[in-house]
Amino acid sequence: MRRARRFAGHHLLTLVALLGFIYILAPIAVIALFSFNDPAGKYNYTWQGFTTQYWQNPFDIPALRDALITSIQIALLASIIATVLGTLISLALVRHAFRGRGTTNLLIFLPMSTPEIVMGASLLALFLNLGVATGFATILLAHVVFCIAFCVVTVKARLVGFDRRLEEAAMDLGANEVRTFLRVTLPLILPGVGAAALLSFALSVDDFVITNFTHGTVVTFPLFIWGAARVGVPVQVNVIGTLIFLVAVGIMAIGVLVSTVRARRDRALAERAAEAH
Amino acid sequence: MSEIDVRLRDVTKRFGEFVAVDDISLEIPRGSFFAMLGPSGCGKTTTLRMIGGFEEPTAGTVLLGDQDVSDLPPYKRDVNTVFQSYALFPHLSIADNVGFGLREHGVPKAERTARVGEALELVDLTGYDTRKPRQLSGGQQQRVALARALVNRPRVLLLDEPLGALDLKLRRQMQLELKRIQQEVGITFVHVTHDQEEAMTMADQIAVMNEGRIEQLGGPTELYERPGTAFVAGFLGVSNLIAGRLDGTDVVTADGTRLAVAAGALGGRTGAVRLGIRPEKIRVADGDAPAGAALVGTVREYAYVGVATQYVVDTPAGEIQVFHQNATPGVQVAQPGTRVTLTWDPQATFLVEGETE
Ligand SMILES: Nc1ncnc2c1ncn2[C@@H]1O[C@H](COP(=O)(O)OP(=O)(O)O)[C@@H](O)[C@H]1O
Ligand SMILES: [Mg+2]
Repeated sequence: MRRARRFAGHHLLTLVALLGFIYILAPIAVIALFSFNDPAGKYNYTWQGFTTQYWQNPFDIPALRDALITSIQIALLASIIATVLGTLISLALVRHAFRGRGTTNLLIFLPMSTPEIVMGASLLALFLNLGVATGFATILLAHVVFCIAFCVVTVKARLVGFDRRLEEAAMDLGANEVRTFLRVTLPLILPGVGAAALLSFALSVDDFVITNFTHGTVVTFPLFIWGAARVGVPVQVNVIGTLIFLVAVGIMAIGVLVSTVRARRDRALAERAAEAH
Repeated sequence: MSEIDVRLRDVTKRFGEFVAVDDISLEIPRGSFFAMLGPSGCGKTTTLRMIGGFEEPTAGTVLLGDQDVSDLPPYKRDVNTVFQSYALFPHLSIADNVGFGLREHGVPKAERTARVGEALELVDLTGYDTRKPRQLSGGQQQRVALARALVNRPRVLLLDEPLGALDLKLRRQMQLELKRIQQEVGITFVHVTHDQEEAMTMADQIAVMNEGRIEQLGGPTELYERPGTAFVAGFLGVSNLIAGRLDGTDVVTADGTRLAVAAGALGGRTGAVRLGIRPEKIRVADGDAPAGAALVGTVREYAYVGVATQYVVDTPAGEIQVFHQNATPGVQVAQPGTRVTLTWDPQATFLVEGETE
């Protein structure tokens, strides 16, 4: 009895963590599971039988495929534009003391803190007032707006800890401002910039609320699912959802693996170097 | 040695109201090992950064050779810096770190590889080309920083406390190493340090700095034997300073003792002064005062440290420290309470400003 209690004491944290993980992963597991379902009717809500049929041709619904392509196009463009602008803005915010820096710092967070529904509605009002026809371009504009805020935050975090002496060293060695940026600053903040781009891509692909206000007749992947939900979501959506999840997890796993291996090797070499002394 | 590599003319640097460097002028001859020595915060780094181009002087000019570089950015100046924290590029290999400057100056790849190899050999790091900085120990990183600067064969090499982060043993070793390398490459070194021993062992010329100004500039022996201010006397080793008034070539203390001063040490001073004498220049004798400089006093305490015996002697002119070399066999230590006479060669004395200055 006592031993059981001690066992529970030692492993309680592990147990709680495990339950937490199950709680988080259960919905994803269900999505993946139902991508192998063979539903009898329109609705893919009850388990009917196993099939790999939908994994063999996940893109054979033209409307779904087009929506997915549109989403990826918008996400790519939005993340590139937002990352470039966000990086430049964070450089300006961290490096230069200019009039209105404090205000800019505050304003940049507005898109993050504004409820999406408010932002979507006001963007629509803006486009209508300006007489801009809603469509691909307006979705893109809207996505860039909310992605920039996240890019600035992500890149800024990387810049704040940046050792300016590295840039001085580059200039000392003959690199002008542009060369210094390209050979030292950019490579060193690249992890932050990359993270900003990935985050933007994910936010853009996923966005429903704001897109719903600004899409006109263009349909993105989330909008397609929303539309399909009323008449029955095709199993392919589960397949694509699972694929997206797998790609994301795969990228992360590779990242973690590479950095772990690298850190271990560096530590070993540095220790050996110190011993050799 | 007559050619001048670095000239500072009336250089001042203010940060807001604060004067970090206060009207400094100096000339650094080609091929010399020049040290800037001073306590933390006295403006050494700021001075170095103005030579390197990272700070613009508030007033005055910086010349490299005959060229006024005051307004030029760092990448247009023929100087390289070894930074206090090394500032190695963490994302580049050791070879790419060292070859960075050559590449920026458009040196072709083949020559670059050869020169990087030579530079790594000079600092004894052959074979580390493909490593990353974080894979090296602190001492090795320091040498990479040195190679990265030297490989460009600059007119002047600036070193900002390059050995500060190393442990004592490694620091002593690197001091000799640096000196050897400087003699080997013949480049002018401007070395910043707060360690007087480091400056004394390495430099041909030392500028002792205090509160943004140069207190005194000279060779190590000159600074040690004839410090011009109480600050310099205290910063470079231990010294006894005896207050008095100058009368002819003697200093007369408050109690009327006359102490002779070396003629060369007078330096045009008058009035209230302090006479300086290093502890190791003083001889301790029992009994009568012989001719020449002499103070009579009582031993307060002593410490026998093998090679020498240190005494603290109370005299009418104040407390005097003596460092007595145990050069002869059968050392006789003067016990506390013993009356002794302290003598020295007047040539060993120096003068600094009076107490109230
Ligand atoms: N960028 C700066 N802004 C304000 N004060 C500075 C700046 N750089 C240096 N100082 C001040 O100038 C003084 C001299 O600094 P520094 O040259 O780094 O001294 P040292 O290298 O001799 O320790 C210090 O009091 C320091 O606080
Ligand atoms: Mg300093």
